[in-house]
Order: sequence, then C-alpha cells, then structure tokens
Amino acid sequence: MTVVLETKSLVRRFGQVVAADGLSVQVREGEQVGIVGPNGAGKTTFLNLVTGYIRPERGTIQFMGRDITGLHPRAIARLGIARTFQIPQLYPNLTVLENMLLAWAAREGRIMDPWWPLRRTAWVEPAMDLLARFGLAEDADWPTYTLPEGKRKLLDVALALALGPRLLLMDEPTSGVSVREKFPLMDTLMETLIPAGVTVLFVEHDMDVVLRYARRVLVFQGGRVVADGDPQAVLTEVPAVPMTGS
Amino acid sequence: MLDTLVVIGTDGLIYAAWLFLIALGLSLIYGVLRVLNIAHGSFYALGAYAAASLIGLYGQRDFWPYGVYLMIPLAALAVGVVVGPLVERGILRWMYPREPVYQLLATYALFLILEDLTKLIWGVDPIYAYAPYTLLGDVSIGDITYPWYSLLLIGTAVVVGILVSVFIRRTRTGRVIVAMIEDPEMSTALGINVPRMSVLAFSMGTVLAGLGGAMTAPMIAVMPGMGAEVIVLAFAVIVLGGLGSLEGAAVGALLIGFLRAATVHLFPVLELFVIYLVMALVLILRPRGLWGRAEVRRL
Amino acid sequence: MKPRWFWFSGLAFVGLGVMGFVLPRWTVFLLSLALARGLAALSVALLMRAGLVSFGQSLFFATGAYVAAFTVRLFGIREATVLLVGAVVVSMALAALAGLWIARYREIFFAMLSLAFTMILYGWLLKAYWITGGTDGLRIPPPTVLGVTWSVDALRTVLYEVTLACTAVALVLIHLFLESPLGYAVRAVRDNEVRLEYLGSSVWQVIYWTYILAAGLAGLGGVLTALNVGHVDPQLAYWTTAGEFVFITLLGGTESVLAPLIGAVVFEFLRTYALKYAPYTWQMALGGMMLLLIFFMPRGLWTLRHLRFRKALS
Repeated sequence: MTVVLETKSLVRRFGQVVAADGLSVQVREGEQVGIVGPNGAGKTTFLNLVTGYIRPERGTIQFMGRDITGLHPRAIARLGIARTFQIPQLYPNLTVLENMLLAWAAREGRIMDPWWPLRRTAWVEPAMDLLARFGLAEDADWPTYTLPEGKRKLLDVALALALGPRLLLMDEPTSGVSVREKFPLMDTLMETLIPAGVTVLFVEHDMDVVLRYARRVLVFQGGRVVADGDPQAVLTEVPAVPMTGS
Repeated sequence: MLDTLVVIGTDGLIYAAWLFLIALGLSLIYGVLRVLNIAHGSFYALGAYAAASLIGLYGQRDFWPYGVYLMIPLAALAVGVVVGPLVERGILRWMYPREPVYQLLATYALFLILEDLTKLIWGVDPIYAYAPYTLLGDVSIGDITYPWYSLLLIGTAVVVGILVSVFIRRTRTGRVIVAMIEDPEMSTALGINVPRMSVLAFSMGTVLAGLGGAMTAPMIAVMPGMGAEVIVLAFAVIVLGGLGSLEGAAVGALLIGFLRAATVHLFPVLELFVIYLVMALVLILRPRGLWGRAEVRRL
Repeated sequence: MKPRWFWFSGLAFVGLGVMGFVLPRWTVFLLSLALARGLAALSVALLMRAGLVSFGQSLFFATGAYVAAFTVRLFGIREATVLLVGAVVVSMALAALAGLWIARYREIFFAMLSLAFTMILYGWLLKAYWITGGTDGLRIPPPTVLGVTWSVDALRTVLYEVTLACTAVALVLIHLFLESPLGYAVRAVRDNEVRLEYLGSSVWQVIYWTYILAAGLAGLGGVLTALNVGHVDPQLAYWTTAGEFVFITLLGGTESVLAPLIGAVVFEFLRTYALKYAPYTWQMALGGMMLLLIFFMPRGLWTLRHLRFRKALS
C-alpha cells in the first residue's frame, strides 16, 4: 500500500519548549490513525507542521512521495491535505450553503471568479449532496453562527472534505461535543470518509472514541512518538503515560 | 549655507517641539488602551480654544501681565480633567472588547461631534490670543530673529518630556502604565485596576493634547479645522516613532520636524508630500516604527 | 437580490431619470453630486465587506477628478465619455500599484496606510500649484456629451442623466461581483482568513483585486463630481473627504448595494438643509447617531432577523 504521509525527524521549538523532537511517522493509504497523548505532547504541533501552518526547524515531510516541507498552507491544501480544527473554523456570517459553495469553488479553482454567480446549479447540487451526507441539508440557509456545536464540527469536516483530499487531519473532532453525540458524530464522519478512501489522522483525548474508530494509534509524549500500534494493545499496555483529557 | 542650516535646525526644533506635545498623548493612549484616537485632534483644538478664551478673559482684567502664562496649563488641565474621563468612561470603555476597526470609527464619530461642539461654543470666526506670544519679545540667533515664545515652546516640550519620562520610570503608577502597555492581558491578572488606570492614562493623554493646543493658541488664529490638520501629522509622527512608544514620539517628532523645516526652506513644493511619503514608507518597510512594539497584522 | 427588488430598483432608476427633466436645476445638481459621492461610499462599503476600513478612498476620488481636469487642459479632449473612461482606468492603475503594498495590511495599519496615501496626493496637489492650481484648483470647461455640445441649461440635466446611468451600471456590476465566488471570498476574508487560506486561496489576491475594483468606483465618483461641478481642488484628496465617505457608508449600511447610495442622497440633502437651519448641530447629531449604530448594531438589522426565527424554532 502506498505511503501517503511520511515525516522524518521533525524538530520544532517554541522558545524553550521542544514541541517536536524528532517526529518520524509513516502513514499508509486508507489508514485510520488516532493520535493521543497528554497536553503539550506535540500533537497539534504535528498537525500544524504537516499542514504548513508552521515550519519545522529540521526534518522533512513527504506527501504522496513529494516533499512538502516548508510549503505554504495554501499550496499544501491544493495538493490534497485537508484539516479540521479544534474550534471549527467557519465563516460565521455566511450561510452553511455559502460556506460549502466557497469550498466547492476553491475545489474547482474558481474562487477568484469575479462575475459569474457563486450559486450555480453545477455547484449547488454536489454541495447540497455533501451537506446532506452530514445531515446539514436543512440548515443550508442559516448563517453558521446560529448552528449548535455538533453541527459546526460536522460542517468543519464537510468543508475539509469538499476539497476532495487524500489525507484528512482532524484536531479533536469530538471535543466540546456531548457524550451522547460523540459516537453518532464519529459514525457519520467515518461512514463518509472510509468509502471515499480518505486516509484519516485524528487527534483525540477521548479513549473510547479512539478505541472504537482508530485502527492504529500513535502515542505522543514530549514531542516524540513513544508507542505505535494496535489501539487495544497500545492503550492497555502503556499505563505509565498519563492521559489527562483536555 | 551655514545660515540655512541654522535656520533649518531651529525651525525644525520648534516644529518638533509642537509635534511632540501632540503626539506624546496620542502615543500614550494608543500604548495603554490600544485605541487610535482620532478625536485627539479635537482635544488639541479644545485646548486651543479654552486657552484663547481664558487668555482673553485674563486680559480684560488688570492682573499681573505675566500671569497670563498660567492660563495655558490651566486650559490644558481643564480639557483633560473634564473631557478625558467623560469620553473614556462614557464612550470608549464600551468599545474595548470590540474590533479595533469599530474603535477607530467611534473615535472618528467623536471627532465629528467635537468639531461641531467647538463651533457651537466658540463660533466659526478665528479667535486671536496673542498676549503670551508678544509679551516676551524677540531674540536674535545669528542674523535671524525668533520670538522668545518659540523657545518657550521648545522648553515646554523638553520639560514635559522629562516629567512624563520620570513619571513613567520612577513612580509606581507610571510603571503600572508601562506594564499595561507591554502586556495588556497580564495586567488584569496581576490585579491592576484596569478601569482606573485607563481613565488616568486617557486623561493624561488628553491633557497633553490640550497643552499642545493651549501653547499653540497664542501663535495662530484659532479656528475650525485645526483638529483635522493636526491629527494626521500626529499619526505620521507616531507611525515613524512607533505606536505606543513614548521615546518614539520624541524621535518621530524630531525627524518630521527637521524634515519639514528642510523642505520648507529648500524644496517648498515637497513640504506636505514628503511627510506623508515617509509615513507610508515606514508603514510599508518597518511598520513597528523606529522604536515601536506594536503587533503588525499582515500576511 | 430577489427579482422583486431588481424590478423595483430598475423602476426607481427610470423614475429618477424622468425626474431629471422635472425637478428644479439645483435639486438635479445636488442629486448628481450625491450619487457621485454615493459611488465613493460604495467603494468604502466594498472594502468594509473584507473587514477593511479605508480612510483613503479620497485618493482615487481626487485622482478621477484631476485626471479629467488634466485631460481637458493638456489634451484638449472634452468628450465626457472619454473623460469618464480615462479617469476610471487611471484610478484603477494607481490602485494596482498602491495595492501591491496595502493589500498586505489589516485593521489599523490598513487604515493608516490608506490615510497616508491620500495625504501624499493632497500634499502634492496643494503645493505643486503651477501644475495643479494649488488651493484654487482647476476649472473644467463644460464637456461635450456623446459628441454634442449642450446648452448650459440642458447640460445640467444631461450630466445628471449620465451620472444616473453610470451609477446604475456600477450598481449592477457590483451586485454581480458580490454574488460571484470572489465576492463571497471578500466576505470570507472578514470572517475567517485562516480558513480561506486552508481552502487553498490567496487572501492577498482577494484583497488586491477588491481594492482595485473599489478604486475604480471611487474614481468614477470623482470624475462625475468634477464634471458636474466644473471645478477640482485639493480638498477632494483631504482625509476628511475620505472620512465623509466612511461616515455615509456607516449610516447607509453595508449589507445592500443600494444602501451607500441612499445614505449619500440622504446625507447630501440633510447637509444642504441643515446648513441653513442648524449649521453647528447637524454633524454632531449625525456623529451621535453613528456612535449609537456602532454600539448597538454593528452588523446591522440583518442579524436580528435570523436570531428571532432560530429561537422560535428551537
């Protein structure tokens, strides 16, 4: 199977804090990988490095065999890596559909079009389809700031998916979501992602979610990967690493 | 040649002193409250009008003539103590949690209101209050005569600069203010009484603006439009020196003062143009200014 | 924009056009100036959609006006249509240059840089009096419109119709722009720049092109003002002129394309009447109103509507 993402010895410091201390990770196509670890272990830093938000001081990142180290987030997004955020990053004053249409325009490379309408049939249909898959179709005309938290998370993922990425990085997809809704949320996500063949990496603090949805787990600590393998095995056999939730 | 240099030097110093008085308050307010106060120009104008009125009133009585100079700081204090807290507590306080853009617009609305207010109170005709200016007479520097008042202006600027500097560095309140400038978020956590400090800082800035206006009143015809003219110059000064930096206000004032004096005597056509060109260049090349610490938002 | 509004606006414009022949000359004159000013306010509104407050649209307003003046005096061209096109083109070219730097900034720094730019022009216009006429400005002889030299009386009405037509065209173009992907991207910039970058687009580019478009609008407003008044002076580039545009935009609102135009017309008439009856208080009243608007309704009445319905449903 193809290696989708490969990082080699990524190092990144913030002042005295070593957020990434030789991160070497290999992810294959179609994997669902959970990333766990205490706060400050470097999990979000890892996501930021891979998506180009920050640059590593040392080390390389390769996506589909291509070196993407140091590229601008814009360029990386266009290459096929998408990302969701701990706090969903939406356009609060635009409607759900408008958010999705913008993402679709970006996908088609037509976001800089100044004259033809955004709401064209060729785009509205697939946009509504995608929204429907996440159960957001009825909310299409509401501005996103009116949405409850769970739906905001869903929209965040849906927007990331609109770009048709090969690799999706999710930063704490179920944080802030009520216990009752966590599994339905993840079910919806995975049901859409897996058949599409998207490789998924998600950072999570909720071990139940990790155990249920990840096929492989990476344990981060102090900027390093200290364990890597089957979730059951890794999580029950590494009791020494404190897993304080957020 | 030497003559021209001396003239440029002295003219530049006089202009710089004037700019410094105005820009210092603006920089202080920005530094502490992170608000770019367009109405600062109106406070300057209010100071000028207040001084003109007080000087006029004083002149009608048979008081000791040199006492008229007391009218100037009196006017400045009046403006600062009355208008300062009113504006800060009444209007600005509500704008702090909002985006800077709205704060800017609020100060602009305030500027418009104050413009009309001065017209309402003092009318639109120019007002003259020469007494302090003429009372001191002239002095000769080389071939050129300067009014003593201009040197008084320079002296005042220096004294004010030193006073503010001492206040900032030596007094506890001053150091609290510096702390607020350097790290606004930590300030509340450290138990600093932010509302009280805010009013204080704002009023200080207003007094300084009022002082600038009050000192200017004897030199010019006090009339509407003063505020608008001055505020853009003040902006140029603090951009140059660095937003929120008090030393920067001095540096910026000096640079622009000399720049203006040089162009006025050598290339008059460039006078205004070059000041704003420098302002634009600084914004583009070194937005922090020469001394500044403001966070620059750009991609 | 719903079709209903479209027909309504169209009708309103036709009505306004007819009124040009009926209303007294000074009213027609005021309306022309108001519309031109409204275009400049529209340019401010456009940039506000991106979350940027420009205190410098007067730069392009003055450029448009002075380009017309120079074209007439240097090249002897007096045809209004040529002057209009020339002014807009030069304004946009200037924006293409200035935008290279200004498009990188936001908030306070954007506002201050735009202010600096307009004051640079002001400084030059004021001091280089042998070219620009200094404080006295330059006079523009009456233009020919569509090749015809009109009588003084008729010209007033003809210029009004030209202004009206230009405004209508500009409104249609801007409306189309706002409904396009780029138009939405402009709003997205204001809401969440990071997300836009993660979608793979360049925020800088979005702002750059919007800035140029806004400059064209302001330049159009400037040349129309110059033609209607027959005179240009440096005050057009002064920062308080730019401030007026911002003021009008705030009053009229930014949600709809028509809002700044309506705001400008209201403002112009208010000012003319107020100057007669309450010369020193009307600006204060408007300033106070602006403060209230900023305090209580920063996003406008639009948002209240949505909240009400949502709460009712849940």
